Amino acid sequence: MTDQNTPAAAAAGEHPPACAVPPASADPAASAPKTTRRDFLKAGGTLSLSSLMGAGALMAQSDDARAAAEWAEHFQKNYRLMTDQEKDEARLRLEKRYSAEYGKPVTVDTTAPQPGVLMGYALNIRKCIGCRRCVHACVAENNQSRGKRPGEKIEWIQVLRMERGEFSKEKMNQGYPEGLGIQVGGNAYTPAGQVLEGQYHYNPEAVPEKDANYMPIACMQCEKPPCVKVCPVRTTYREGDGVVVIDYNWCIGCRMCMGACPYWARRFNVANPVLPKEEMNPVTHYLGNRPRMRGVVEKCHWCLQRSRHGRYPACVEVCPVGARKFGNLLDPNSEVSLVLARKNVFRLKAELNTFPKFFYFYD
Amino acid sequence: MKQLTRFAADYVGYVLRGGTKFYAWMGSLGVLIIGMMYVFYLQNTEGLIVTGMTSQIHDGLYFANLVFLVGVAAGAVTIVFPAYVYHHEGMHKVAVLGEMLAITAVIMVMMFVFAHMGRPDRLWHMIPPWGIYSFSSMLGWDVLVLNGYLILNLVCGFYYLWVKYTGGQVNKKWFMPLVYVAIVWALSIHTVTAFLISTMPARPMWFHSMMPIRFITTAFAAGPALIVLIFMVVRKNTKFWVDDSAIKLLATIVTWCLGIAIFLTMSEVVVELYARTEHANGLYYLMFGLHGLTSLVPWFWSAVVLMVGAFILFLIPRFRNDMKLLPIPCVMAFAGIWIEKGMGLIVPGFIPTPIGEVTEYYPSFVEVLLTLGIWAFGFFILTILLKGAIGILQGEIKYGAAK
Repeated sequence: MTDQNTPAAAAAGEHPPACAVPPASADPAASAPKTTRRDFLKAGGTLSLSSLMGAGALMAQSDDARAAAEWAEHFQKNYRLMTDQEKDEARLRLEKRYSAEYGKPVTVDTTAPQPGVLMGYALNIRKCIGCRRCVHACVAENNQSRGKRPGEKIEWIQVLRMERGEFSKEKMNQGYPEGLGIQVGGNAYTPAGQVLEGQYHYNPEAVPEKDANYMPIACMQCEKPPCVKVCPVRTTYREGDGVVVIDYNWCIGCRMCMGACPYWARRFNVANPVLPKEEMNPVTHYLGNRPRMRGVVEKCHWCLQRSRHGRYPACVEVCPVGARKFGNLLDPNSEVSLVLARKNVFRLKAELNTFPKFFYFYD
Repeated sequence: MKQLTRFAADYVGYVLRGGTKFYAWMGSLGVLIIGMMYVFYLQNTEGLIVTGMTSQIHDGLYFANLVFLVGVAAGAVTIVFPAYVYHHEGMHKVAVLGEMLAITAVIMVMMFVFAHMGRPDRLWHMIPPWGIYSFSSMLGWDVLVLNGYLILNLVCGFYYLWVKYTGGQVNKKWFMPLVYVAIVWALSIHTVTAFLISTMPARPMWFHSMMPIRFITTAFAAGPALIVLIFMVVRKNTKFWVDDSAIKLLATIVTWCLGIAIFLTMSEVVVELYARTEHANGLYYLMFGLHGLTSLVPWFWSAVVLMVGAFILFLIPRFRNDMKLLPIPCVMAFAGIWIEKGMGLIVPGFIPTPIGEVTEYYPSFVEVLLTLGIWAFGFFILTILLKGAIGILQGEIKYGAAK
């Protein structure tokens, strides 16, 4: 595998990857407190009536730097409507707050989509062994909540375990409704193959298991995403390079998007996310893996903090059998384009016209 | 202007005075309201983890009540429509009470919206010019029509009361068109609420075009059933007399809307369970349970018993015509629809999840208390609004009478 296959490869040639050299502004001391204050005043003037409750909550914790940052965050605009300067201010504010909170220099990337890039993903279901290394790598990379209480533990990837199913002579005469004298079943009631009704809480001694196959599932980054359509505040939207993102600071937590998603890709932060300092990944993207807050929705974003800098998403990198392929759909030589050209591919729930950019294929 | 301040002062002065029974009623509601405020605070500091909702089943008791109460708000049109379109005399006398109920129900809906949100502090993000209004979102439309309905009812209701207060004449030139708009608007609020959940192919249980008409028929059964009960209370506790003719017409409306609602439910059961595709899993879970999980089964069957039982009782003349017995089927219809359209519709929509996971939802104490508190708040403002309206209709609040 060479770097050429990943999207933004051309751009990445000039810029070093984000994780190697953090942006210059990562130093919290270098960020500008002046702008924060001005923002504070400006916002206070125009939006004073907008939210008394939030104000009350913030007044309670006068942890000055943090409170001021959160106060200013409270009045910032939808990310897409921010000017470049406002984006910079928001970025600095977050970097400062996160760095203080997690006790290490945290960078918040705001790299925009690269022209000529449409990200795509392909997964070889024949190869997947159900080891779930992708699930764990994703959690480590993307700062998901790791709490113990139900709902506090968030994973974006589910590896569905599916029975291979078996047909047998004994089942020849089985069938519901039994005892009525009409046989309508038999072996027909044996599940087999991909039915998208799987179990992801499996715990075998070793994978792959003999009687099962596996189908990983996560956000499909649809070209016609139903979640975007139902969002009442347009906080979730499709970026220019095809990734569906969420501005966590604008999300009102109405959960309409979760109802609309046919792939159950979205998760809700029911509590303040549990993210231990030492486990926090300090290389973040504003629309990607930066730490989230209570009451907002999150989901897979194909590791924007990596993929916009010419690197593979964490799940692709970690997959031990190479089942996961990622690249630029507009580049005919990218791995994912070659898969589409040469393999049999299918999309999940294609009948819903969501047009996922996540393809399944098999050898 | 002077008249207006007098009106406000007279109105407030009148509604705040009352007997021991009044203060006891308002006081006990107040206790629940204080409880609600505490759990709302808890929910917005701890997060929705204090509720039973999860990423699998992320709409629960709050959303169920929200949907149901939009129906109650729309149900007020069952008074306004006969009053102004069919010029039904008994109804005309009480039309303004229907508007007061609509105002209350919409306010309760908005409180449930606040309870449901993960970030109620950011609700202004929906409101231009500070926020963004999304025309593609059904929730955006729902907020729009609900607020419109609230304003229409506030204007129509209080203008009518104001005219009665000053002793003038209703200016029909703009009042009547506004009433007609409000009638159509009532249908729109519940239709849009139905669209809220029926436009998601990801949730096959909701994804059918029967949803809006089912919402409207259940609303026009539950709404008037509640109104009949309220009228009974009003007749008992105030000097205001609601005509039998009005109550009987409402009972007839409840009967036939309930009948249609039962028919629609039966049609759904036949269509879904005959073919029994995976898309019927939600309904199957509701009726019989799935993979051994059966927490909603008793709810569904009790709703069936309540609704069918109420329908049969309504058809028996002895129940229909006896004002002492009529509240029984009304309570049954109201409770049955509350279950069927609330927990019985919202929760199984998430079971199984789109990837086939079957989990269950149990409302937590916080959710129950918050829900009770919002209902208490609803009854609190409804008492005030009805008291003020009845005082004006009775001529006890009148311009110049105070001195």
